[in-house]
Amino acid sequence: MTEPTPAGQSGVVVRSSVFGRIVRNPLGLTAIVALVLIGAAAAFAQVLAPFDQNFSDITNTLAAPGGEYILGTDSGGRDVLSRLLYGGQLTLASALLCASVAILIGLPTGLIAGYYGGWFDSTASWFANMILSLPGIMVLLSVRAALGPSVWLAMIVFGILLSPGYFRLTRTVVQSVRNELYVDAARVSGLSDLRIIARHIMSVVRAPIIIQTSIVAGVAIAIQSGLDFLGLGDPAQATWGIMLSDGFRNVYLNPLLLVWPTLAIMTTIASLVLLGNAIRDALEDGQKIKAKRRPAGEKKPSRSAALPTVEAGTEQHLLKVSNLAVGYPQADGSIKKVVDDVSFHIDRGEVLSIVGESGSGKSQTAFSILGLLPDTARIVGGSIQFDGAYTVAPGDETVSSERLSALRGRRISYIPQEPMSNLDPAFTIGSQLVRPMTVVLGISKAEAKARALELLAKVGIPNPQRTFDAYPHEVSGGMAQRVLIAGAISCEPDLVIADEPTTALDVTVQAEVLDLLRTMQRQLGVGVIIVTHNFGVVADLADRVVVMQSGRVVEEGDVLEILRHPKHPYTQTLLASMLEDKTPMTKLTVDAAGGIA
Amino acid sequence: MVSFTLRRLGAGVVLLIAISILTYSILFFSSANIARNLLGDQATEEQIVLKEQQLGLDQPFLSRFADWFMSALSGDFGRSWFTSEPVAVAIANRLPITLTLVAVAILLTAIISTLIGMLAAVKRGWMDRAVQIGAVIGYAAPGFVIAVLFVTIFAVQLRLVPPVSTISPGATAAAWFTSLLLPVIALAINAVASSAQQLRSAIIKQLERDYVRTLRSRGIAEREILFRHVLRSAAPAGLTILSLQFIGMLGGAVIVEQIFALPGIGSLAVTATASGDIPVVMGVVLFTVIIVIVVNLLVDLVNGWLNPKVRVS
Repeated sequence: MTEPTPAGQSGVVVRSSVFGRIVRNPLGLTAIVALVLIGAAAAFAQVLAPFDQNFSDITNTLAAPGGEYILGTDSGGRDVLSRLLYGGQLTLASALLCASVAILIGLPTGLIAGYYGGWFDSTASWFANMILSLPGIMVLLSVRAALGPSVWLAMIVFGILLSPGYFRLTRTVVQSVRNELYVDAARVSGLSDLRIIARHIMSVVRAPIIIQTSIVAGVAIAIQSGLDFLGLGDPAQATWGIMLSDGFRNVYLNPLLLVWPTLAIMTTIASLVLLGNAIRDALEDGQKIKAKRRPAGEKKPSRSAALPTVEAGTEQHLLKVSNLAVGYPQADGSIKKVVDDVSFHIDRGEVLSIVGESGSGKSQTAFSILGLLPDTARIVGGSIQFDGAYTVAPGDETVSSERLSALRGRRISYIPQEPMSNLDPAFTIGSQLVRPMTVVLGISKAEAKARALELLAKVGIPNPQRTFDAYPHEVSGGMAQRVLIAGAISCEPDLVIADEPTTALDVTVQAEVLDLLRTMQRQLGVGVIIVTHNFGVVADLADRVVVMQSGRVVEEGDVLEILRHPKHPYTQTLLASMLEDKTPMTKLTVDAAGGIA
Repeated sequence: MVSFTLRRLGAGVVLLIAISILTYSILFFSSANIARNLLGDQATEEQIVLKEQQLGLDQPFLSRFADWFMSALSGDFGRSWFTSEPVAVAIANRLPITLTLVAVAILLTAIISTLIGMLAAVKRGWMDRAVQIGAVIGYAAPGFVIAVLFVTIFAVQLRLVPPVSTISPGATAAAWFTSLLLPVIALAINAVASSAQQLRSAIIKQLERDYVRTLRSRGIAEREILFRHVLRSAAPAGLTILSLQFIGMLGGAVIVEQIFALPGIGSLAVTATASGDIPVVMGVVLFTVIIVIVVNLLVDLVNGWLNPKVRVS
């Protein structure tokens, strides 16, 4: 994807730019400044505080702010400001201790469980689940009952209780990168597991751990203050929780005493959470900006009242795509085009194939026709017309969901690439076939069921009733793809768009599904757009071919013409790069020729 | 499904036994000075030895645990060392209050955070930002801080509700309502703030699944996709989020009960902890863990039932 950078340097580069982005984010900067100030105030409490934390002026209890006692005194005549500063020490130190314990337990176990799996993984996961199902305060209460009021002990125990969070996080991240190619490469090149973990895996885990820590530290502060508030802490030490409790007991006399510890607790935790959010935002900067802009663009097309009529003389085409351009807004405000100036058309009963390697924009083109582009995508030029009316008029920024929803299922349908992930696992296959028919065709459930069984038989499923009653996980991938084909033709569409319909299937099943597609197309006389990277599929099915490269059309024409005399060098490369160069090519060409004759 | 249920039930029992052993050993190995604490400084050595014999503290650990465990199985959790009230009775008197508090709060949380999470996932834009800001505030203000502020503002300053609860298991519905209103809201605010954001992510994750795109291509309306397919697929994640919130709330209830002077399990636990009343602490921990196990079991079963792979096999 991006240019390879030397492994040793990438960490440094990323860190500095991430830090820069955090500081440039106003909330991130505020959080950092606040945390530094709070930390410094606590660290230098001995110097800053006008009085000792337990210095008590019995003659002057519950004093109002001002004068000698800047924030007043509490019920014991102790200086509130001094106690606030000293309280920060204990509160922050206990948060630090708690987070450290949680990391020390959760991180290594998560690394080992994620990297090696096996018995350690299952044992550790069981322990993590057990700890997660314990109510934290109850555990802390019993520890307090057993071992006395030690803040440090309580925080160590609470750290243990929070360690499953780190364990799960680390384990998930490690599992997701363990089988990445670069980790394989490192393994093959002879790096020890320790080096791989230290160098490649830690760099991935680092950011989520930092974010998690900002939240854990906040939770620790809340719990520590809560225990002290309950009077279960060490009364000799000033903490924000003890101050809050003193204020609460004197709420009728001096409610102001509640304000200071509340502010201290809330500011500290909020700063920690905001810092965590700022780090996360800095790491996923690009996506943030893209998502924000979308609503403004979305409203335009639905408001445009009268649609312009299509260019005269083009109404007879089933579908016509003219100079289409699709792009994604980038973080810096520019738009990255993934489809650019693409034009083609398809007539009724015709099979058009869009060919190109991954990233050539062929699927994006297909999804623009269906109106199923991701939310962040925008039409940046051109138009699409279906059966003589615009679905994307010139000047539209997005595909109008209003116009498309009248067509989808009814007149244009879709066969996806990955059969298993395109069926809802929670519903039976039958109900997923029946529902669109009752919605689109307005027929009764019983009628739809009869039709669905017929369709399942038609697409070559041996026992339609059994498949109808089955859940998606009970059928094979090839079966599921047949089901999806049945679904695509169930409402008698005029145009079927198949996105790599055979890529995810076994080779033998591929041939069967292609056969099925060809038969269906001939029987029903529908127009079909097949998106593929495989010239074998093209030769097998298509009447005409559009070759795409880097978002543009490089060649278009009759299938035999292009297979025999590819003009564009890219087409030639694609054809030459086919693994099964000779045998299937000749066979398939003859096959296609036979089909035309 | 039957074997799945039995497996989960078995796991729950194992967990319960493991936790009893753990808690019992921590608590009872550290109860060295308990007789002196009970009798006070004036007590003589003989009185202390006698008291330790009465409490069974002179027995070896294993036989003590076996005794306790066997009586616990028959519903006898011992008596409080300080009030001599049977632990089972003390808990039975207080459990309804805590359970009502937590159950109403989690119900409120479930409804509100699902609505907010769904709106944020579908509408994005400002709704999304509001949820994120709400989550920060929710994290930043721990439940007990909110509770303290509530009492200060609504009970002490505005005098809208009594600052101290007036409920007991036999009180009128009106007393229950006014007494539980603020505690429930204090518990729920926090939970809503964090779970709305998590539910939003769970729903967005489902909205991005391939099958949602295919359903759209089949002409199914957006509303139906959301309510019939997406919410259903997000339900297991949502239930897990809520069950963790529930466990958190049992802890939060301890402090909130103390603030509102609600005579629930939490305030019992705090008093027992502060005085070192080990049998009561043990009983409270055990009952809390049982509640947690039952809730987790229910969530597992519902999730199993929602998942056809588990249900059908």
